[in-house]
Amino acid sequence: MDLSIAAILLQDGITSGAIYALLALALVLVFSVTRVILIPQGEFVSYGALTLAALQTQKLPGTCWLLVVLGVACLVAESARILRHASSRRRAWRTLPVLAGRFVLLPVALLGVTQALVQHGTVLPLAAQVMLALLIVAPMGPMVYRLAFEPLAEASTLLLLIVSVGVHFVLVGLGLVMFGAEGSRTTAFSDATLTLGSVSISGQSLWVIASSVVLIAALYVYFDRTLSGKALRATAVNRLGARLVGIGTAQAGRLAFLLAAALGAWCGMLVAPLTTIYYDSGFLMGLKGFVGAIIGGLGSYPIAAAGALLVGLLESYASFWASAYKEVIVFTLIIPVLLWRSLANPALDEGEA
Amino acid sequence: MPPRLPEIPEAEPSASARRDPKLPPTSSHRNAFMKRQVPGIVLLAAILAVLPILPQPLQIPEYWVTLLNYIGLYALVALGLVLLTGIGGMTSFGQAAFVGIGAYATAYLSTQYGISPWLGLIAGVLLTALLALCLGAVTMRLSGHFLPLGTIAWGLSLYFLFGNMDWLGKYDGINGIPVLNLLGWHLESGRSIYYLIWAFVLLAVASVQNLLASRPGRAIRALKGGGLMAEAFGVDTAWLRVVIFIYAAVLAAVSGFLYAHLQRSVNPTPFGLNHGIEYLFMAVVGGVSQVWGALLGAALLTLLQDWLQNVLPKLLGENGNFEIIVYGILLVLLLQYARDGVWSYLARWWPTRPPAAVAPAPALPQRRRPQTGETVLQVERVRKTFGGLVAVNDVSFTVQAGEIIGLIGPNGAGKSTTFNLVSGVLKAGGGTVSLCGERIEHLNARAIARRGMGRTFQHVRLLPGMSVLENVALGAHLRGRAGVWRSVLKLNRQEEAQLMAEAARQLERVGLGAHLHEEAGSLALGQQRILEIARALCADPLLLLLDEPAAGLRYLEKQQLAALLKQLKAEGMSVLLVEHDMDFVMNLTDRLVVMEFGTKIAEGLPDAVRQDPAVLEAYLGGVDDELVVDAGEPA
Repeated sequence: MDLSIAAILLQDGITSGAIYALLALALVLVFSVTRVILIPQGEFVSYGALTLAALQTQKLPGTCWLLVVLGVACLVAESARILRHASSRRRAWRTLPVLAGRFVLLPVALLGVTQALVQHGTVLPLAAQVMLALLIVAPMGPMVYRLAFEPLAEASTLLLLIVSVGVHFVLVGLGLVMFGAEGSRTTAFSDATLTLGSVSISGQSLWVIASSVVLIAALYVYFDRTLSGKALRATAVNRLGARLVGIGTAQAGRLAFLLAAALGAWCGMLVAPLTTIYYDSGFLMGLKGFVGAIIGGLGSYPIAAAGALLVGLLESYASFWASAYKEVIVFTLIIPVLLWRSLANPALDEGEA
Repeated sequence: MPPRLPEIPEAEPSASARRDPKLPPTSSHRNAFMKRQVPGIVLLAAILAVLPILPQPLQIPEYWVTLLNYIGLYALVALGLVLLTGIGGMTSFGQAAFVGIGAYATAYLSTQYGISPWLGLIAGVLLTALLALCLGAVTMRLSGHFLPLGTIAWGLSLYFLFGNMDWLGKYDGINGIPVLNLLGWHLESGRSIYYLIWAFVLLAVASVQNLLASRPGRAIRALKGGGLMAEAFGVDTAWLRVVIFIYAAVLAAVSGFLYAHLQRSVNPTPFGLNHGIEYLFMAVVGGVSQVWGALLGAALLTLLQDWLQNVLPKLLGENGNFEIIVYGILLVLLLQYARDGVWSYLARWWPTRPPAAVAPAPALPQRRRPQTGETVLQVERVRKTFGGLVAVNDVSFTVQAGEIIGLIGPNGAGKSTTFNLVSGVLKAGGGTVSLCGERIEHLNARAIARRGMGRTFQHVRLLPGMSVLENVALGAHLRGRAGVWRSVLKLNRQEEAQLMAEAARQLERVGLGAHLHEEAGSLALGQQRILEIARALCADPLLLLLDEPAAGLRYLEKQQLAALLKQLKAEGMSVLLVEHDMDFVMNLTDRLVVMEFGTKIAEGLPDAVRQDPAVLEAYLGGVDDELVVDAGEPA
């Protein structure tokens, strides 16, 4: 390997590392607020990328329909909850229309707009396409939380993890139904290339890295400086305590899922020009984000981001030397990491009584 | 002046007199009238044995034999998961990878080297056990969710390894695996290997049942609560976790071996992560904490899968993997509405076998007891700091044999920390703790239990689904020796009888002799606290540590508890108790140690302590009226 190849691999590693870092942040966020280990995070990546790809090829993305279905299911679940209790039943005539608007009207409107765009063959500018794809995919996060996890909010981490795997099954299966088995690529955000000596850096890589840095900084400011971010952190530290001071833990969970789904979809749209995305590609990417997040013990944002960067670099160099074994190498990394964590923190845990 | 406890009769009322008259007659009464029932496993074995060899119209067709074969293979893996997840409280999504190791080991050895498949089985099992040992040693100490995440990662790694190794045939796998030959029988047809598969399944069921009903089994069932309680009775929880992880992995490897010789070919697909998740799904559907749930779950899922594969494409078209969607939705709904699985519904109609009466058995050996007046516990200038906070500041006191010492103080005084330093849950930053002359401050809870300290917990830590008798027998863990092997093979009968007899004896001693076979969770709180004392007594302790034994008890329950402790003292037991309730300790203890802000402020006879100005200051803020000294507070 000469220096230029090393530099190319470095660039690749940092680019994918930045993606994994964003995913790792979303995972840490969701885990610390809801204790859910978000295995389906990767599906949001695929959905984001493939929704954008469908919009670019003038097809109606299946995710529009999925959003409507999820919304109706949420409305049914919420109505059942409201009508079960006498106190909330009295106000049902006011709350139900609001919920119907949020869960059904909005998705139906999105479906209508997208369908109209596709039928008229209107080509939106790229930024508008990205916005539309985000609007379609991101609300699925809180809806999934409402349907699958909210009824189990007090269950053990282990149970939530099993549910999470079940949701992953459903979303992967739906991904195949909606997008088929063929992969897609999208057009790059920018065609510019930057030449530094002998190395040329693609505009898309710059987009990836820059947006990761910006988002990570934005998340930092959000959690550290804003009241809503502090409320999320409080929920993470102590659910009951947060509830006692008036923080809605269910809302916090939905917000965390919204952020995670939006981050996931954004990641998908960032990588889709770099590599072909299939309906199940997101899963492995999400898991690599996990390896990074686990390096940070699922608790620390900066260590998780650094861990994810390490995973990206390791993967990039491993694919040069032993490309068939790159997945094996990346996922085996978790074993020494776990060993290190178990030596660093050998206390018996008592949480899961 | 504090209100005085009413006089407590000197003689302990007999067990029958203490029993709550509302409770039904005890099971030992019913036993005599119950007939012995056929165990479920014998019944199942008989049904399974005749199914394929019935005369023609009744005989099951080949298709059903194939389904039953797969049910058996899956049940083996699910059974391991029941042990690991439902009973041990850990989860693995990577069992399919262990199945793969079992399958590839025999496939590779028998096709490349022509080695007998039975040696391939041994090789596969050994390889799996070794791998599980390494993985388990790394991940089992971690808290709940790291292990399953780890299993996802290495489940994927092994799948990609199988798929990329040239010598394992890459993604095409290995073909031409020889037919199994058992004592001259060629197990070529599905109908012939059927017997082998189900023999393995039934043996595995029996082995897990034997294991769970034994000394290590009780310890395994105590893992789920976090292990602190089990450690306090000398259970090496970290090692035990590794052991059941290996057990589950080996069951999976055996399933893989059978799979390879049933299919006669292997490729990586059935050993991927999705199948690992399906195995867990089977266990959850059937009932993840019941042995029979594994079989039921494997059967239900296999039949459902078979049905869905026929029905769904007709309904929804060919483009898609619809089963996986249905599976996922079912799994989520099941966990939301029926976490205990299907078996728990069936089990209600299943006749339960009456609990066996406790057979008389020779008593277990006992420790040498210290003579009255000998020092049992000596705490000398122990110190504990958390960051800048000095939680325990050079505290010293002693407990003599046959004494009841109370450790009291207002909230945040450092009582519980002192208790944890003595019992080995926390490590002291300085000072010494000696039990009967032996220094113990550097030892962990397990080693201290071995040296003769029995404890109870502030928040009762019982295994609510287990019988009172079994809960108490857990206390005698260190007095038995039977390990996993002897328990699985049922070579532990004599010791088991001794442990049970000892548990029954301690329950009689504390007055719970009428409740031996009830579920521990169904007892009232006062009885549960007394059960904890019986469990501690079962360890044959030199010193009994009680952590707020009266917290949350009603007045009468407190009286009963006080009477019990006096009885134990009369029998020569030494007791150190941490307590909030002043009335309770004033009339019970020989001496009191009073702490405030981590420092000992007074020590002496209860009446002297009550007059001590420093104590009054601590409790009442310096008021010198004849106010009632009562720090009793709800738990």
